[in-house]
Amino acid sequence: MDFSISEEQSMLSDSIAKFIENDYDFETRQKIAAGDLGYSADLWATYAELGWTAVLFEEKDGGLDGGPIELMLMMQQFGKGLLVEPFLANIVLAGGALRRSPDSELRSKWLAKIIDGSLQASLAFTEPQARFAVNDITTTAESAGDSYKLDGVKSFVLNGGIADLLVIPARTAGGQSDEDGITLFAVPADSVGVSRRSYKTVDAQQAAEISLKGVVVNQENVLGKVGDGLAILQATIDEATFAVCAEAVGIIRTMHDKTVEYTKNRLQFGVPIGSFQALQHRMVETLIACEQSQSLLYWSAMINAGNDSAARKSVSALKYQIGTAGVHVAKEAVQLHGGMGVTWELDIAHYFKRLTAISILFGDADFHLDRHVQFSKQSVA
Amino acid sequence: MNVDFSAEELQFQEQVRAFFAAKFPQDIKQKCDGGIALTREDYVRWQKILFKQGWAAINWPTEYGGTGWTVIQKYIFANEMAQANAPDIIPFGMKMVAPVIYTYGTAAQRDRFLPDILASNAWWCQGYSEPGSGSDLASLKMKATRTVDHYVVSGTKTWTTLAHMADWIFCLVRTSSDVARRQQGISFLLVDMNTPGVTVKPIITIEGEREVNEVHFEDVKVPLENLVGEEGKGWTYGKVLLQHERTNIAGVARSKYRLQQIGKRAATSVNDAQPLINDQNFARRLSALEIELRALEYTELRTLAAVAVGKAPGPESSILKVRGTELQQAIDEFEVTLAGYFALPYVPKQYALEFPESERIGHLADTRSSLIYFNNRKASIYGGSNEIQKNIVSKHVLGL
Ligand SMILES: Cc1cc2nc3c(=O)[nH]c(=O)nc-3n(C[C@H](O)[C@H](O)[C@H](O)COP(=O)(O)OP(=O)(O)OC[C@H]3O[C@@H](n4cnc5c(N)ncnc54)[C@H](O)[C@@H]3O)c2cc1C
Repeated sequence: MDFSISEEQSMLSDSIAKFIENDYDFETRQKIAAGDLGYSADLWATYAELGWTAVLFEEKDGGLDGGPIELMLMMQQFGKGLLVEPFLANIVLAGGALRRSPDSELRSKWLAKIIDGSLQASLAFTEPQARFAVNDITTTAESAGDSYKLDGVKSFVLNGGIADLLVIPARTAGGQSDEDGITLFAVPADSVGVSRRSYKTVDAQQAAEISLKGVVVNQENVLGKVGDGLAILQATIDEATFAVCAEAVGIIRTMHDKTVEYTKNRLQFGVPIGSFQALQHRMVETLIACEQSQSLLYWSAMINAGNDSAARKSVSALKYQIGTAGVHVAKEAVQLHGGMGVTWELDIAHYFKRLTAISILFGDADFHLDRHVQFSKQSVA
Repeated sequence: MNVDFSAEELQFQEQVRAFFAAKFPQDIKQKCDGGIALTREDYVRWQKILFKQGWAAINWPTEYGGTGWTVIQKYIFANEMAQANAPDIIPFGMKMVAPVIYTYGTAAQRDRFLPDILASNAWWCQGYSEPGSGSDLASLKMKATRTVDHYVVSGTKTWTTLAHMADWIFCLVRTSSDVARRQQGISFLLVDMNTPGVTVKPIITIEGEREVNEVHFEDVKVPLENLVGEEGKGWTYGKVLLQHERTNIAGVARSKYRLQQIGKRAATSVNDAQPLINDQNFARRLSALEIELRALEYTELRTLAAVAVGKAPGPESSILKVRGTELQQAIDEFEVTLAGYFALPYVPKQYALEFPESERIGHLADTRSSLIYFNNRKASIYGGSNEIQKNIVSKHVLGL
């Protein structure tokens, strides 16, 4: 067992920390988030220049061969800086589905463009009726000679409004919740029959509702084996779940630190409010929650290289922790800031909103506790 | 002990229910049902309907236009109002400043201010908190210096809810610093918002809307007759008012209504999804909240019964505030759970009745749920934070 990180890993983490310090203060973040695009295209180019967009991909695809440790380190920093660029949607979700698919000419072309920052992509991972069930898919793909015809609605497609390429899971067979019969299609967003309604989200991301009406997709745009898409989809969602949990750990740590700092400086009754024991114990509790979350994160990161059911179970454990203890830290941070905590002007409110969104993304605490139970049952059966 | 209403009370309940069914404007109800913010005009229109019925000032003595209702009648009214999903009366005039004016004000002040409050002609806001004085309200600095015929007021009030819509503000001001206890230098002053030197600046809250403000006073001249009661007694008057605020703050009836709505919605298929009530986690959480709320309802009823036999709402009202706001916030969060991903779109322009349904991202109730959850984090902060309430209970109930 070894908790230390390599020099390269620490350089990666430091480079993001430095970027936030120099180029991404809260004011800048707010300006970027308020713009039409919802993120900075210029800074996205910087992400690519600095190599961050390449980290998760394999060397043969032009990547840097990074794994869960690298992903964790990056996401923690992104959380601290409250970055709004579509790293999760483009790199972890869409890029993740592509990189897990078998080689093809198109795949290589897309991956190269994702890595060099010139392509924005999205994974349409949910439908309106699905709640958090990844396999609940009603979008259909009908085979027609050497192409497919897609019909259906995808909701909450992160980055979906601006993406050039959409990865769409659709049913080539089976019923609504069957695990078999799901196929992944890489669909150019300007295909005939694709319509998108874009919107911003409460946590300053952008998303879209996408409807597909008789969208014709070529055979070569099928990712992986027909009917076998769930494995790739689920592995990608699991990694994304892990990623947002790492981001959340960065967020709650920052909220906790800022709160401690605030209570040292805010005077009421002639003393810093941090001198009240009632508040001291509350902050000790949030510290414990941060440490416990950090520990589960490390454990999950180390176990995740396996990508087996133990790894998936650890992701659910971590997500449950963030959905409970993480949410608690966020609420306490707002409360201990008093009125200031609920102002738009202060960053605390925006950390709070991002953490709230993360607590929902890819399944809330209840969902992941249930999934954890399922894994436990499987392992004793 | 007996949990039933009497025949007269049941009849009263029928009367109130019929009134809400007939008189609560449909367009305002639609907004309330969709979680859409009401305009000042909406509030005024509705409050004037209540006024016409004689039901605007539930707690006032009858001589000033109050209802003279029993505790049970008030409880019935609050429940029916919540069941109709009608908005609460904006509290600052009717529930906060009016009791101070009719208890401590002069006859001239009562004649001048109460009728306009009762008829919702004048809109009030509460100027207590200052940037440096939140929980420690007695440290407030806004200065009022007396001259021959007026006070000159300078300083800053903050977090002032709806000040941008208000005609009047009631303020706690410092009239003296030369006193043994700093509370003794505080006075209760009524200020016309149109007086030169008063400026209102918006504070945008977490969810992105304007509800609170910073109010600056620069050498504002306030006539001496706008002082309520005696100079230096403002703290005592203000505290009476805060205790009223705290009993009103529990919001049990409304929480009950919201839980019922959650239950109903969860029993149906929203967006063609499985009814969420079939999810054990969800069903258990719903029941747990129902149980907590029932307990609070009866805690409030016990408090009200004590008030009915002549005991003033004391520090126990702090318990209602703490538990009431905790439950409100738990329900806010529960609504977000119900909404799932649909809690996340942030599309301000669609939070309007005129917005075409077919263009809306998600159902209104779902996409508003997160904003309500964010905004209502305030509930455990304002009206004396929940930490301060617990300090009060520790000191005055437990004697610690
Ligand atoms: C949305 C909103 C609307 C409001 N509307 C109005 C209004 O209309 N008029 C008005 O006058 N005011 C209004 N307020 C102000 C409100 O009353 C204050 O925010 C509140 O009193 C807390 O003060 P503060 O924000 O300065 O926090 P602080 O007093 O700085 O408190 C910060 C934290 O420290 C805790 N704390 C402070 N002292 C102690 C202690 N002794 N022991 C333990 N914990 C302690 C607090 O509980 C809080 O968690 C509003 C506030 C909000 C957020």
